Amino acid sequence: MAPHKPKLAVWKFASCDGCQLSILDCEDELLAVAGAVEIANFPEASRAQIKGPYDLSLVEGSITTPHDAARIHQVRRASKTLITIGACATAGGIQALRNFGKVAEFLAIVYARPDYIETLNLSTPVSYHVLVDFELRGCPVNKHQLLEVITAFLHNRKPVTPAHSVCLECKRRGLVCVMVARGLPCLGPVTHAGCGAICPAYHRGCYACFGPMESPNTPALSAAFAARGAGHDALVRAFRSFNAYAEPFRKESEAHER
Amino acid sequence: MSGKTIKVDYLARVEGEGSLLIKIKDQQVVEAQFKIFEPPRFFEAFLRGRHFTEAPDIAARICGICPIAYQMSAVHAMEDACGVKVDGQLRALRRLIYCGEWIESHVLHIYMLHAPDFLGYPDAIRMARDHPEVVKRGLALKKVGNDLVTLLGGREIHPINVKVGGFYRVPTKEELAPISERLKWAREAALETVRWTATLTFPDFAGDYEFVALRHPNEYPFNEGRLVSNRGLDIPIREYDRHFAEEHVERTNALHSVRIGGGPFMVGPLARYALNFERLSPLAQDAARDAGLGTVCLNPFQSIIVRAIETLHACDEALRIIDGYEAPPAPSVPVSPRAATGYACTEAPRGTLYHRYRIDANGIIHDAKIVPPTSQNQKQIEDDLVHFVRPRLHLPDDQLTWQCEQAIRNYDPCISCATHFLKLTVECE
Repeated sequence: MAPHKPKLAVWKFASCDGCQLSILDCEDELLAVAGAVEIANFPEASRAQIKGPYDLSLVEGSITTPHDAARIHQVRRASKTLITIGACATAGGIQALRNFGKVAEFLAIVYARPDYIETLNLSTPVSYHVLVDFELRGCPVNKHQLLEVITAFLHNRKPVTPAHSVCLECKRRGLVCVMVARGLPCLGPVTHAGCGAICPAYHRGCYACFGPMESPNTPALSAAFAARGAGHDALVRAFRSFNAYAEPFRKESEAHER
Repeated sequence: MSGKTIKVDYLARVEGEGSLLIKIKDQQVVEAQFKIFEPPRFFEAFLRGRHFTEAPDIAARICGICPIAYQMSAVHAMEDACGVKVDGQLRALRRLIYCGEWIESHVLHIYMLHAPDFLGYPDAIRMARDHPEVVKRGLALKKVGNDLVTLLGGREIHPINVKVGGFYRVPTKEELAPISERLKWAREAALETVRWTATLTFPDFAGDYEFVALRHPNEYPFNEGRLVSNRGLDIPIREYDRHFAEEHVERTNALHSVRIGGGPFMVGPLARYALNFERLSPLAQDAARDAGLGTVCLNPFQSIIVRAIETLHACDEALRIIDGYEAPPAPSVPVSPRAATGYACTEAPRGTLYHRYRIDANGIIHDAKIVPPTSQNQKQIEDDLVHFVRPRLHLPDDQLTWQCEQAIRNYDPCISCATHFLKLTVECE
């Protein structure tokens, strides 16, 4: 009898599909991954659906509707290990900008008949609802990190995804600091590593796709931005993007709100 | 066949979540609804109050499959508002990165989302067991598209290098050389893809479509042109709102787009092809003829061939752009905000993507409107289903259901874009 292959499931909540697309973007590794696991539920890629329980569930997207708030509990119950992939599932995503405004007003702006829409007041990360075994950062996730997470799970070890800042990745690449040398506002000092310091390599300041690093000194960075001419509004916007509802960023943006 | 219900809980191999309901009574299709359940994300609301330079990065997050399209429509609309035109090599580089997105998105759909339907597999991975060389060719071709986007944009999903006015950093001519060699292989693989898709068996079906797409005086359209149709529409993008309206229909979290005073219409590969055939590269035109397609294709199931032809064109065009490339003196042109409204349409892989922004003199966004291709196609998809199902009611339920799913996948619907949970239900009374 063939050995038991772990059953992999991919679930989507409010999101752009980009993080699960990262799996299909592993062009060189996809068939090998598909050989190592049984893809039991991955609607974006397959019509076939195999019943749970699942050994590994990858969850993309944030919780924004009453239906999804119930569905995430079903996913948890059916999953031995549950890993969130990306900023939406891990921090609430860009749609958590609603958490700072009034949803009723947002509805009226976008939809002619807000009464047709069912939505919650907050966009929340998966961990606000159920136990999460591991959170992978990024908007989008880094596909090499995603492979590392799947591999680590298959070998029953902890994934290697350092929680230090983007600054270390910059140094490792031998990049000149864009903030020091070019005077560009860069969120790298407070941002979780994982992307490989792409923006500084393209002469641009980091804009924090991977959310807060392990011990971010956001007030010090805000002061440095202010010294370079950033006003309150610009500081609020800087911390309020794809990981706006992650606590260190949320508190920092609220501190600058007039 | 009274009292019968066919139900599939989730339409697979589309980007996002939606559902389909077809009601049949006395051998007649009385209703076809393509529903969108994707939770609302309110981009147009939270773009208000943001700085105009943030629009490309925020709008990109609407869709992980076609972020370049969102970035391109956003930057062109902002430049339109600010009275700036980006030209020369910067314009060429924008076309080049769009080539990359067309290649990766089209090849994803051809090989991984659409082809398994024609060959009777639930997905490309199971298809690979019997057709390993085909799937490997698809993956390698998709990778070239992604690598092109990564080279110019920094990464394949939500690239970081596109900005209002141009780019943060532009490549040197030498940096483009290696991808050029791979694009030559990709061009051959795309040609093989056209030939291979042409051998598939297609249902006998044709629609009477109003095709809508950009048209440019001498290019197959990406970023620029007038919006035209085969039924007399010919407008500058600024007049878009006078000709198209969005309706909010119960059951859906997306807005339907309609032609004011007209019926459903189609955007995407078939529309671009029909309206711009003679602007395809000679190689792509020849491949289309060899595949047995005329200059207009009315069978949406054959959109898989047209996507392959557009992929071939994108490889050819990318090589042409790289060949003529000289690094521009600066990676971007300065753009100063002014109080104005800007408009842009660009051609996303799935069709025309409209953006409109009103900004103030400080560059703060006061109003944003985004009309993705799938919202525009939604009514046409429903219309196709009605016509497609009618002569096929005798088919076994599972077969009919699968073919209906396929009729939807013809449009490569991106439900994330149109907002998205696809549940397929066929009800027979």
